[in-house]
Amino acid sequence: MLAELSLNILDIANNSIRANATLITIQVLISTKKDRITIRILDNGDGMSEEMLTHVEDPFYTTRTTRKIGLGIPFFKAQALACDGSFSISSKLGTGTSIEATLPLSHIDRMPLGDITSTIHTLITCNPSIDFDYKYTYDDNSFELDTRTFRAILAPIPFTTKEVSNYIREYLAENKAETDGNALI
Amino acid sequence: MKSLDELRAIREKMQKQVGLRSEGDAGIRVVVGMATCGIASGARPVLTALSDAVQEKGLTNVTVTQTGCIGLCQYEPIVEVMEPGKDKVTYVKMTPEKALHIVDQHLIRGQVVSEYTISGIMG
Repeated sequence: MLAELSLNILDIANNSIRANATLITIQVLISTKKDRITIRILDNGDGMSEEMLTHVEDPFYTTRTTRKIGLGIPFFKAQALACDGSFSISSKLGTGTSIEATLPLSHIDRMPLGDITSTIHTLITCNPSIDFDYKYTYDDNSFELDTRTFRAILAPIPFTTKEVSNYIREYLAENKAETDGNALI
Repeated sequence: MKSLDELRAIREKMQKQVGLRSEGDAGIRVVVGMATCGIASGARPVLTALSDAVQEKGLTNVTVTQTGCIGLCQYEPIVEVMEPGKDKVTYVKMTPEKALHIVDQHLIRGQVVSEYTISGIMG
């Protein structure tokens, strides 16, 4: 099991990268009123056949030739179910894959969100050819980082440039703090 | 909220410098294993430490990137250093502290830190 939900997000997004996605949408939606956190990871990658989809949640199904299968999805699903949450995955060959987990915020067995800023920053700066649309919502507040917007402003300066990379980290950290008021999640 | 005007300002500033840099210089590639096994054993802070240090020290000939599982899960976090014309060096059981040591010794001075390599660990 992974110690933070943000590590599950990093792990699942790496599946999307390996599936040749060019756009990965990551949403972290927190509602204290409804006492839940919803995490969505959607991609426009290769997708999976129905047959593969039936096996993908099983940790012991592994065909060493397909790198899409392993412990990533079973871990994330187990995290959700361990705190009476829900988990769903849908996929279509040639269209992409979407994964959604909803967990009760106040459940004692819910893993903390952890360092989501590092997860998103790592994904963006290590995969400069892939676009990420990240949205973080806390009750009525939210912020978004769409690398397509950033790219349009920056071109041709790459995300890996020191100043840009620092800006992205600060953008994520400061806007998150303003959105959730530094709540412990 | 942090504004995008700040990003526009960075672009203006950087664009003036862009011509000075020699892009596409075939340099050192540093790769961090980022599959479930790597992430579970702490690869994310290792990668952050590496890319921050490489940027901080202005090592423009070094690119830090991530890869999937390379099949040595019990030795994660794994960092591979690839340099044209040299054998690949595989560092195992990395921590952010060890990673910074590798930046100073290997990436800057060109000296392999043999006690952190896979052959160093296995004797």
